[in-house]
Amino acid sequence: MKVKAQAKNQEAALTHLDRLEAEAIYIIREVAAECEKPVMLYSIGKDSSVMLHLAMKAFYPEKPPFPFMHIDTTWKFREMIEFRDRKARELGIDMIVHTNRQGAEEGINPFDHGANYTDIMKTQALKEGLDKYGFDAAFGGGRRDEEKSRAKERVFSFRNENHAWDPKNQKPEMWKLYNTRINKGESMRVFPLSNWTEKDIWQYIRKENIDIVPLYYAKERPVVYREDNIVMVDDDRMRFEPGEEVVNRKVRFRTLGCYPLTGGIESEAETLDEIIEETLGAVSSERTSRVIDQEAAGSMERRKREGYF
Amino acid sequence: MKSLLKFITCGSVDDGKSTLIGHMLYDAKLLFADQEKALELDSKIGSRGGDIDYSLLLDGLMAEREQGITIDVAYRYFTTDDRSFIVADTPGHEQYTRNMAVGASFADLAVILVDASKGVISQTKRHARICSLMGIRHMVLAVNKMDLIDYDEEAFSNIRRDFEMFLSTFTDVEATVIPVSATEGDNITENSSNTPWYDGPSLLTYLEDADLTKDEGEVPFVMPVQRVSRPGNHFRGFQGQIESGQIRPGDEVLTLPSRERASVKSLLVTDEEVGEGVAGQPVTVQLDREVDVSRGNVLTNTDLPVTDRFTASLLWMDDEPLTEGKNFLVKAGTKTIPGTVVAIHYKTDINIGNQIKVSRGEKNELLTIEVVTAERSVFDTFRSNETLGGFILIDRVTNSTAASGVIEETIQRSPNTVWEDTSVTRDLRAGQKGQNPVTLWFTGLSGSGKSTLASEVEEQLVREGYHTMLLDGDNVRHGLNGDLGFDPGDRFENIRRVAEVSRLMNEAGLITLTSFISPYRTDREKAKGIIGEAFVEVYVSTPLQVCEERDVKGLYKKARTGKISDFTGVSAPYEPPVNPDVEIDTTDVPLEVAVNNVLKEIRKYLE
Repeated sequence: MKVKAQAKNQEAALTHLDRLEAEAIYIIREVAAECEKPVMLYSIGKDSSVMLHLAMKAFYPEKPPFPFMHIDTTWKFREMIEFRDRKARELGIDMIVHTNRQGAEEGINPFDHGANYTDIMKTQALKEGLDKYGFDAAFGGGRRDEEKSRAKERVFSFRNENHAWDPKNQKPEMWKLYNTRINKGESMRVFPLSNWTEKDIWQYIRKENIDIVPLYYAKERPVVYREDNIVMVDDDRMRFEPGEEVVNRKVRFRTLGCYPLTGGIESEAETLDEIIEETLGAVSSERTSRVIDQEAAGSMERRKREGYF
Repeated sequence: MKSLLKFITCGSVDDGKSTLIGHMLYDAKLLFADQEKALELDSKIGSRGGDIDYSLLLDGLMAEREQGITIDVAYRYFTTDDRSFIVADTPGHEQYTRNMAVGASFADLAVILVDASKGVISQTKRHARICSLMGIRHMVLAVNKMDLIDYDEEAFSNIRRDFEMFLSTFTDVEATVIPVSATEGDNITENSSNTPWYDGPSLLTYLEDADLTKDEGEVPFVMPVQRVSRPGNHFRGFQGQIESGQIRPGDEVLTLPSRERASVKSLLVTDEEVGEGVAGQPVTVQLDREVDVSRGNVLTNTDLPVTDRFTASLLWMDDEPLTEGKNFLVKAGTKTIPGTVVAIHYKTDINIGNQIKVSRGEKNELLTIEVVTAERSVFDTFRSNETLGGFILIDRVTNSTAASGVIEETIQRSPNTVWEDTSVTRDLRAGQKGQNPVTLWFTGLSGSGKSTLASEVEEQLVREGYHTMLLDGDNVRHGLNGDLGFDPGDRFENIRRVAEVSRLMNEAGLITLTSFISPYRTDREKAKGIIGEAFVEVYVSTPLQVCEERDVKGLYKKARTGKISDFTGVSAPYEPPVNPDVEIDTTDVPLEVAVNNVLKEIRKYLE
């Protein structure tokens, strides 16, 4: 009788985080086994750090059997770039860095070019990078709890030859029987963290002791207050609005991106526990600190249809 | 740490699924402040009046918000003091049934909504059937809009009775029925004073407490191999997720289908060497000897069925109907192999559950079918093993996921009788090509335009995806019938052979087009006798005078001057068909018009 009780329902004995980890690893292994030329997109943020960690665990003692790619807009926080290069070196993984050269040469920047900047330096650069190497599947760290249109996206999300998403015509995704078949020219985005919440990410980072960019921890940093956002002055390319002045404030970032477009929050959270404490009691969902997202409702879906990750 | 419950909400459109979940999150204080603010803001500018429209939290796609309906599954995440939840909110419209099924395959428990004023309707039954098919064993019927029927206990009891009666035919499903109002919030997070006669739990309380453990006793160790990892010569590990049971270093495992035995040398759960791995964990298993195992094979400690044949229940999800003989990629566990639906036995009526004999399946139908795969693999019934018993069918041309199904029975056969006990039939081959094989027999004078027509018609058919073969003088007279001349005896033999070849082509599932003068009525009747029902006579009735004026090959001139003998129309008779299936005169008709006319006429024979 004792054996029976033990054998019963072991899956339920796994914790919430165990099950999320197992699901993500299963997905990552499926892609490695079934796709011809996968790549893992690496944005240097906390979700990417978790995804990279999962990829290392999924194949151990083998290294992940695919390269990583960072789309560098040239406007990322300097600490992010240092972190990226250090991680790639420490882990011995193949890290491709791709920049839209033409955009960079034409001086496309977040101050003068607004939404076009995002399109040219992120969306177009991503398409260009994927096409250049002929990747048929790209892992992304997107989570369904981030935004309403993501909440409806499949784990394996298909893109036509123009990298566009057709939300009305998604393939059925049954159990964990992922259909990875695509036609020539089409590609897949794969989101192993689909079912993770921001809280899960932080708890997992703590449990696994995952290294993250120091910008996530509160520290005195030079910032300006701009409308409802706190923007960090990361280098001398920063442009100021009339009347703005640089002040030192103890801030941290909940998401990381291009520094002029990333809003920080005032915080005292210097440790992971303090960050989690703050996040659990968070009063706003994390995407509001990404400046470009504060457009009309549905802007994320529209950008995704056009190929934004 | 908390446990995780994955559940879905389903039910007909306008039953208030999105509102129910939205209200639950709102009441349980599980929204972020900006989501709450956006919700209140969206509700104000929305057309549904000033009240909070809780469904706006969930209906995420622009198309959905415009149409006010939910077309795809939305996933929401929340955690209470007792449990973590993932809820898949599924669409109610019948046309989006497949998206509902996606949610059902993901979940452990289903909350099915009904409108209290309407009761259990066919969509309720459809969803309950699909939930059951996809393996959901716990269902909650949330009788919504109780406020609209003044919280009438009797009406509620009637609905509960209907639902329980309906479910009584299902094996192994536990049901709970709760009266709620999604807009008013009754019995959502706490018991409502509006239903004093109801003494069960509120919906959220039920979800927090639901015990989903399956008492299955001792279960075997099963691990489908996802990939073989060999970073160097010293290491060869089989990676996969343990689907049931447990394993320890030193345990003996059986490899399937290769049927070798080996012992576990070392065991990794992710990147950690461990003394035991249990169900749900991702592992890398090293064995103590070389075995023949690759992706799609299974490591186990029990004997599982290895077969190339099974019967299954499935939900057909493709716009194109399913026909017998159609070939797919079958994915079950981690194995993807070609397979053919060799038989469609029947469909299950959504309402009453009876079985109706059919030979094709339409979108959203529940079908019972038989599948034969190209090679033997590990399959099991869904009842005993959800991982090796659940499968999808992938269309090999469009790559769409055309169906999802569960294996009811695996069929074992002795290894040497492949195909013998059910020989491949004409219908099977035709079904594989998705067409009705016929012979389009073009007859008419030389120069009447039959070869041009036949070849243009064939081109059009191929463009539309049909599989065809054109037989005409050029490819027959030079080869197969190279030994024949033009006297009546040889002409007869020529037509007989063409008819036999046409029949074989039809047997092979092909649409055959033949283009021969075939002047004698008796010859054509003979051909019809050989070809059978599939014979379609296409008479190209262009008059002799027109044919002779065209005289493309100069043959009429030669016949008139006696250089060719036995020339049909000049020195040999042409006996026109008495009652042709299709007749076309190409005089003064542009080619594309003539082709279109023929195509229009032959359509009905291709259905």
